Amino acid sequence: MDSTITIQAVYTSLEQVMDPEIPVLNVLELGMITDVIIEDEYLLIKMIPTFAACPAVEVIKTNIRTTLEKDLQVPVKVSVDKEVQWNSNRLTAVAKEKLRNFGIAPPQKHDGDVEIDMMIHTNCPHCGSENTYLRSPFGSTLCRAIHFCKHCGMMFEQFKPLS
Amino acid sequence: MLLNQLIKELITKMGDDELIIGHRNSEWTGLGPIMEEDIAFSSMAQDKIGHSWALYRILHEELGGEDPDQFAFMRSEKEFKCCHLTEMPIGSYDFSLMRHFLFDHAETVRYNSMLQSSFLPLQQLARKVRGELKYHTLHADAWIIQLCRAGEESYLKMQTALDNCFQLACGIFEAGPDDKLLADEKVYPGEEALYGQWIENIYPVLVKASLNVPERKEPVYGGRYGKHTAYLQPLLNEMGEVFRLNPEATW
Repeated sequence: MDSTITIQAVYTSLEQVMDPEIPVLNVLELGMITDVIIEDEYLLIKMIPTFAACPAVEVIKTNIRTTLEKDLQVPVKVSVDKEVQWNSNRLTAVAKEKLRNFGIAPPQKHDGDVEIDMMIHTNCPHCGSENTYLRSPFGSTLCRAIHFCKHCGMMFEQFKPLS
Repeated sequence: MLLNQLIKELITKMGDDELIIGHRNSEWTGLGPIMEEDIAFSSMAQDKIGHSWALYRILHEELGGEDPDQFAFMRSEKEFKCCHLTEMPIGSYDFSLMRHFLFDHAETVRYNSMLQSSFLPLQQLARKVRGELKYHTLHADAWIIQLCRAGEESYLKMQTALDNCFQLACGIFEAGPDDKLLADEKVYPGEEALYGQWIENIYPVLVKASLNVPERKEPVYGGRYGKHTAYLQPLLNEMGEVFRLNPEATW
């Protein structure tokens, strides 16, 4: 394989692969990439889904492969890494800021276990108020919960914390 | 029975429970009593079916099993190992909610017991599923307590639902062919140990809800050995209808 390809070039290319359900975040910001390995015959990308039943996984895998193959002109394999399990602390600080600007409250940082109390006063992504309540731990996608802001009167979604 | 065969049986019954209750949960899509509950049951259905897929994939990739879709949609009723609790029709919301409460606590106990499993693929899946299941039990606990405190009619409905579900739920823990070997080999501690932990976990929530916990008198067994209620076959017919039109099709 073309030995001039660098790990850095792979990561730069991965920045273009966005999540189909949250199009402002790329797979790196979401913490979905666990390893990049340059093999003799191909480039191997190891990734993890956010939720086990995430319906977007196959689309994301295909997007990673086609983007890298186009950018770097090498064969690419994408595999799901079973040794690492995704949790919401893997979201980068930049990702949390982007989520907020997109109108979705970011997940609270947790220390290995999620308790319902953590989610009770989630800051509203629209007005910033803490005067909110959790309406449902389930939302429009598996990774979201629904809250209501009593201050600005808006319903909003949160990318929920996951341990 | 060989250890590998026992592990296959264990994963099959877990996957079948998840697939069938997932299908039942999905029957609330469009019918939930309020929009949030419609979304909650639909999301939980998606999680469950995803977990069954992950379990069938372990069978396929690690234990020489069939393709997960074939396994899910082409087996006969007798080959399914789900417990009767999961097969029952959705009934009214109180029944579905109580089933969800009892089932999800049982699953939580099961996956927690596998966090240190000697069978690595199960251990890895348990680590993944654990955090997701937390939301299922949070959801169930909150509604059980809230509805039990919402007046006499509501409370009585929940007590009746518990009475109707309890022996069925005890059937989740029907012993396998050789749980002792699975426990000795540290795959998981066996059904009776899970039952004990389950009671310990649901008890405080039921006490908080002022519900009377029935005794395990006549647990409904049979599902783990392929004996099912009259409700399973029609569900399987419906679930696999499109797939069986052309099993070779690519989706």
